[in-house]
Amino acid sequence: MIPVPYYLVISAVLFVTGAVGVLLRRNALIMLMSLELMLNAVNLSFVAYARMLNDTGGHVIVFLNIAVAAAEAVVGLAILLTIFRNRETVNVDHLNLMRH
Amino acid sequence: MEVFLFWIFAVVAMGCGFLVVWHRNPMNSAIYLVITMLCLAGLYVLLMSGFVATVQILIYAGAVMVLMLFVIMMLNLRADTLQREGSTRAWLLAGVVGVVLVFRIAQLFSIGDPNPPPAEDFGTIEAVGASLFSTYLLPFELVAVLLLIAVIGAVILAKRSTP
Repeated sequence: MIPVPYYLVISAVLFVTGAVGVLLRRNALIMLMSLELMLNAVNLSFVAYARMLNDTGGHVIVFLNIAVAAAEAVVGLAILLTIFRNRETVNVDHLNLMRH
Repeated sequence: MEVFLFWIFAVVAMGCGFLVVWHRNPMNSAIYLVITMLCLAGLYVLLMSGFVATVQILIYAGAVMVLMLFVIMMLNLRADTLQREGSTRAWLLAGVVGVVLVFRIAQLFSIGDPNPPPAEDFGTIEAVGASLFSTYLLPFELVAVLLLIAVIGAVILAKRSTP
């Protein structure tokens, strides 16, 4: 039997990895994937706490969270597609129209 | 056996999660992300959450990642745009800060508490469904509206505007 805190440490590692990806990478596709990684890490800690507290509510939250993540990915990718059609790039450093 | 599976899933999930961030090609990153999600589904099974594991594989690894791969193929990125951004110093700094952060977070958990015995129907689709349609009915309906808005928004955004 693996204690629940082990899962929480894995969740923390995945979340920090995703945060580093969002901060350091400039490719919008990989930034979106790092966001998905962070959402997955949060899901893992929800499921781990549901197991620890014997509460099914954690599973329901994860289910809703997956739906929200799917909506986020769909809208994000649609915006990305529109940007690529107009600017021929997905590098967020080149998208500085508002700065000038 | 459970310990063996846990370590396999944990190491592969963390390693592939790191490669998602590290790899220069978005296509390879997407494949590594799929592997991470499959390993997380395995961890959910070890946590006795069969329903969540099924949803993870069907929706995340199935639907969302296929959508991402489609978009990556549609964008058809040129080879010279595929580079790892950020200097070596920035990556080193991020690694050090990340390791320190993980250690600080891990100190909050008291390792070694034995898990309580699970309830009779813990994590089954009946238990999750009963909870979803009684206690969490309002969030469920709100998510339904959110998905509708996302579908309409994606269609409007991605539609090729005709001049």
